[in-house]
Amino acid sequence: MTDTISHPSTDEVVGRRRIALVASKGTLDQAYPPLILATTAASLGWEAGVYFTFYGLDILHEERLQRLKVASLANPAGPIQLPNLLGALPGATAAATKIMKKWMSDARMPTVPEFIEMAQGLGVRFFACSTTMGVMGVEEDDLIKGCEIAGAAAFLDYAADADVQLFV
Amino acid sequence: MTSNFAKVTNERADIELDCSGLLCPLPVYQVSLALGQLSPGQVLRLVTTDPGSLEDIPALARQTGNTLLAAERHEDHQLFWIEKGLRS
Repeated sequence: MTDTISHPSTDEVVGRRRIALVASKGTLDQAYPPLILATTAASLGWEAGVYFTFYGLDILHEERLQRLKVASLANPAGPIQLPNLLGALPGATAAATKIMKKWMSDARMPTVPEFIEMAQGLGVRFFACSTTMGVMGVEEDDLIKGCEIAGAAAFLDYAADADVQLFV
Repeated sequence: MTSNFAKVTNERADIELDCSGLLCPLPVYQVSLALGQLSPGQVLRLVTTDPGSLEDIPALARQTGNTLLAAERHEDHQLFWIEKGLRS
């Protein structure tokens, strides 16, 4: 996989703040916070990197990222307030997802793929967890372009120099 | 909040950016892109409706080395004048 992100020279790095985020969840609603924070940080001139691990790797998965969903079950704060028994019915997840997408669209918020494009355009680095890839059978070619495959040590090495570290 | 909110500001502006109706992080994102097009000393006039921008725009100015010259707080919108800094 080619690394399309340019690395700033040492001079530019001096004094620059850095944020290191972990995206561990693969639902539509939980894809937004790390992407919003990374995009904001990059807009502030910070270096930003997001480590996508476990279900969070779906956000980098070219096909799966197009159909991220909102859970209708065991999600009391979700877009549809249903008892869990009803939330398990066929179509409930699709309904919750549809409502969330409408909320976002009505509020003129970008979609998840649009946020990914914005973030990458600002130089946000996307790290794909190599263990998750191995466990879940995800190949490099399954991921969007511009990702860097990294293990936990490589991410911690990056995060150790960050001013802000957040886990989502 | 470190900025001063004035009732009326007579700041000049070189370009205008209308972020009405946009929520965080879009105003900050748009301002960042717009400032990238300016030369040091040039001034951006920004309109926002997201109340979060009352804190976000001063934070953006602090973090990016640009200067928030003035801000006006109106009932349903805010106006900001941001001068492009030397190091941003």
